[in-house]
Amino acid sequence: MADSGSKQAVMTAEDRAAKQRLIEAQKAYGRGKAVSTKAIRNKKLRSTLQAQEAKQKQAVLQAKDSEILLEHDAGFLEPEGELERTYKVRQDEIKESVGIETAKKGFELRLNDFGPYRADYTRNGRNLLLAGRKGHVATMDWRDGKLGCELNLNETVRDARWLHNNQFFAVAQKKYVYIYDHQGTELHCLSKHLEPLYLEFLPYHYLLASVGISGYLKYTDTSIGQTVAELPTRLGRPTALCQNPHNAILHVGHQNGTVTLWSPNSQTALVKAMVHKGPVRSLAIDRQGRYMVSTGQDQRMNVWDIRMFREVHSYSTYQPGASVAISDRGLTAVGWGTQVSVWRGLFDAALADQGKVDSPYMAWGGDGQRIENMRWCPYEDILGVTHDQGFASILVPGAGEPNFDSLEANPYENAHQRQEAEVHSLLTKLQPDMISLDPDVIGKLDTISDKKRQEERNPDHKPQDHMEKLKNRGRGRNSALRKYLRKKGRGNVIDEKRLKAEALRKEHAERHKNKLRQEREELGPALGRFAKKDS
Amino acid sequence: MKIKALSRSTASQQAPGTSVVRQQRNLDPSQHPFERAREYTRALNAIKMERMFAAPFLGQMGDGHVDGVYSMAKDPGSLERFASGSGDGVVKVWDLTTREEIWNTQAHENMIKGVCWTPERKLLSCASDKTIKLWDPYNTTSEAPPITSYLGSSAFTGVTHHRTSPSFAASSSVISIYDLSRPSSSPSQTLHWPTSVDTITSVAFNQTETSILGSTAIDRSVILYDLRTSSPVHKMTLKLASNAIAWNPMEAFNFAVANEDHNAYIFDMRKTDRALNVLKDHVAAVMDIEFSPTGEELVTASYDRTIRLWDRARGHSRDIYHTKRMQRVFSAKFTPDNKYVLSGSDDGNVRLWRAKASDRSGVKSARQRSKLEYDQALIKRYSHMPEIRRIKRQRHLPKPIKKAGEIKREELNAIKRREENVRKHTKKEDLKSRQNEREKMILAREQ
Repeated sequence: MADSGSKQAVMTAEDRAAKQRLIEAQKAYGRGKAVSTKAIRNKKLRSTLQAQEAKQKQAVLQAKDSEILLEHDAGFLEPEGELERTYKVRQDEIKESVGIETAKKGFELRLNDFGPYRADYTRNGRNLLLAGRKGHVATMDWRDGKLGCELNLNETVRDARWLHNNQFFAVAQKKYVYIYDHQGTELHCLSKHLEPLYLEFLPYHYLLASVGISGYLKYTDTSIGQTVAELPTRLGRPTALCQNPHNAILHVGHQNGTVTLWSPNSQTALVKAMVHKGPVRSLAIDRQGRYMVSTGQDQRMNVWDIRMFREVHSYSTYQPGASVAISDRGLTAVGWGTQVSVWRGLFDAALADQGKVDSPYMAWGGDGQRIENMRWCPYEDILGVTHDQGFASILVPGAGEPNFDSLEANPYENAHQRQEAEVHSLLTKLQPDMISLDPDVIGKLDTISDKKRQEERNPDHKPQDHMEKLKNRGRGRNSALRKYLRKKGRGNVIDEKRLKAEALRKEHAERHKNKLRQEREELGPALGRFAKKDS
Repeated sequence: MKIKALSRSTASQQAPGTSVVRQQRNLDPSQHPFERAREYTRALNAIKMERMFAAPFLGQMGDGHVDGVYSMAKDPGSLERFASGSGDGVVKVWDLTTREEIWNTQAHENMIKGVCWTPERKLLSCASDKTIKLWDPYNTTSEAPPITSYLGSSAFTGVTHHRTSPSFAASSSVISIYDLSRPSSSPSQTLHWPTSVDTITSVAFNQTETSILGSTAIDRSVILYDLRTSSPVHKMTLKLASNAIAWNPMEAFNFAVANEDHNAYIFDMRKTDRALNVLKDHVAAVMDIEFSPTGEELVTASYDRTIRLWDRARGHSRDIYHTKRMQRVFSAKFTPDNKYVLSGSDDGNVRLWRAKASDRSGVKSARQRSKLEYDQALIKRYSHMPEIRRIKRQRHLPKPIKKAGEIKREELNAIKRREENVRKHTKKEDLKSRQNEREKMILAREQ
């Protein structure tokens, strides 16, 4: 008896471990909730779904198992005593304690004449593009310190971006956007993109987007050279632009503190959110598309949950944050004035519903160089900071994704691999009309009922008017309208429906009053007092 | 302060002096954005490639026949030999690998209605000149005389050999069973349904349940016989006559008939009150039908100058094959390796087609094979998406067939509409329930 009991206990411990492992695997590699097959009556469907679920489960566990093949661990910066603070660590201290090869990655470029600069890394983090406001554009393989090309354009350059690989880049110049190849030869002039301010490139869709001074957001497909969409933001000169890497939606920041979300498929903004009390200065979104960090002229840095469109936390900056960037592992760098501070765990704190993070993770600057723009180098612990006197590559341990996927972006690719990857990515180029807030919408079950769909298909179908329903139903205390106003009309949301309902309510009250008066007049002064009040 | 920063050496990615580059994978979903959309795009590419590479027609056999090809038979013991019989009485034996003729003879004076191989690799042919002849194409030269001849009382329409015993069945107005081991040229037994007198158009031995025999006749009947009791077992009458009968090689109790009403039907012989499936797509009478060796697919030959390939479980065809010069198709066969389809048509040619239009024979590398498998899985996964379904279904059809299909659809809709109108104006108590599409064509069943 005791023997069997102990045996059972061992089994359960094992089971528990397996279950725990499955939960962890599901969390990291799962694709949504499992389908419950118990209630399905159709035998064939049930068995198919069960088989599919089993396969899914196996795939998730195998993906979890494959973690032992990952070679590298992320970097870190850990205080050893209670008095040590990570934000007090200086660059030279870091360089002393890491290897020579890594230390060489931290460098500074003094470029006094043509600044302030803006920078961009290629998708695999190997090449760097620098663009000075006064027309100096340079590309380099920053690890080898090899200069790719150098251009002096002799006109204002506002932004520059790499396209899908290190062979092409786009530069937002005074009047138009130009595309250059890796040797610096001008290939195209995109004359549709007038007076561009900011550029953004969507690598999976091959779309180059720019916002201009007039507030137009324009998309060009760089693989076929066609304009895809021209969207008027109608909010004046935009102040920031960034992409959501999770769903390829573009976020545009405006002078009045709003951020608008755009896809090329809609002429109006998908979402408008009031993010700051003053002009928005800079925007950044994390890799999984969950959080947006914005800085504004109101000296705030706000963390937004973009799945719920809700502000999670608001931090103050001593000066308006000119630039913000989020690394692959969720480190947020904010450049304000001449300083850069790097925050860690902003999103974890939001997730756990804890308070704000007390102090930044790292700090840099204060040398009188006004920060212009920052970029995290993908797959490295490097933050590229551009300022009015050049470019600085600073080491931030723990920022970069340690294990890359060479089929996605390979920092060590050779020319042949680059060519192969280009062909493959062109073959799987996503169409612009597939951009939507939910990137996994394709192939999903549409849960609108068949009846509703039939109704919509019917050309004679008129959409149901909810107000019509409320208009003439019932009187007295529990009329439909009163009930609506009582149940739904109380909150802070003022929408069209509520305004209509309130107007209707007023009209009803007016009508009732008139009726009462008329009745009183009819009955005369003596009997008027007996007129029925609620009818 | 403990400090560690990322450092990877270039040498770890590609060892110095080699050209082998390591591929590092990380399955973290956040490193692979848009996975659904990209997978869908890959599926779209895969289906487009499949249609781009669809080239079903491989060629014709030798120079074909002078007259139309009305019957074909493949050698059950060989992957590469098959015989065809034509309207002028010539039988030819072909080699599939070289696509050349290897044996021929002027077998009969009249139209050859059936050919069949025996397990000993002899060839039986029957014709409307009332004779059945046994040939030996493997060991004799062309134009050699037959080994044996059997003389019947009326024109023969089909011949089929028993799986194991040395006997074969030939159909005229009755089914005559001949014994090959006996010298006599008269049938050892005859089978027929007591009341039926009309010509039997085709006959087929079940190759698994070997004593069962099926036949179709001009009087619209499909009759099953059992040799063990030497009697007909079951008869069902369909709305129109059937042209051919074929047994499923894997599910011995299922058989398919090719019908004059443009459809093919699959029946279960244990339960014939309804069809297992109705194969609807042809726009003229179906002349021949055959199951694939796996029993999963069917091929039909039709009077509308096309052959169609079907999935056993689906009601509409998987693919349609046609060429400009192919006339009415009277026979179609799968090759024993399930990879090719043969068709014999009125224009005298025997044509060879791929069973899967985009498939290519030849050795494939492991990567190529896995890519093809992956593509198929993707297509299957996204086959419900409208764009993929559209591309998958799209076929270029000859104008007359497309037109005929449109007219047919119109007519069928009109009939249906008329029936529904009648139902609408019928009293509830007189209202009969709607007839199931799978039961409609069965007029009568007799045991």
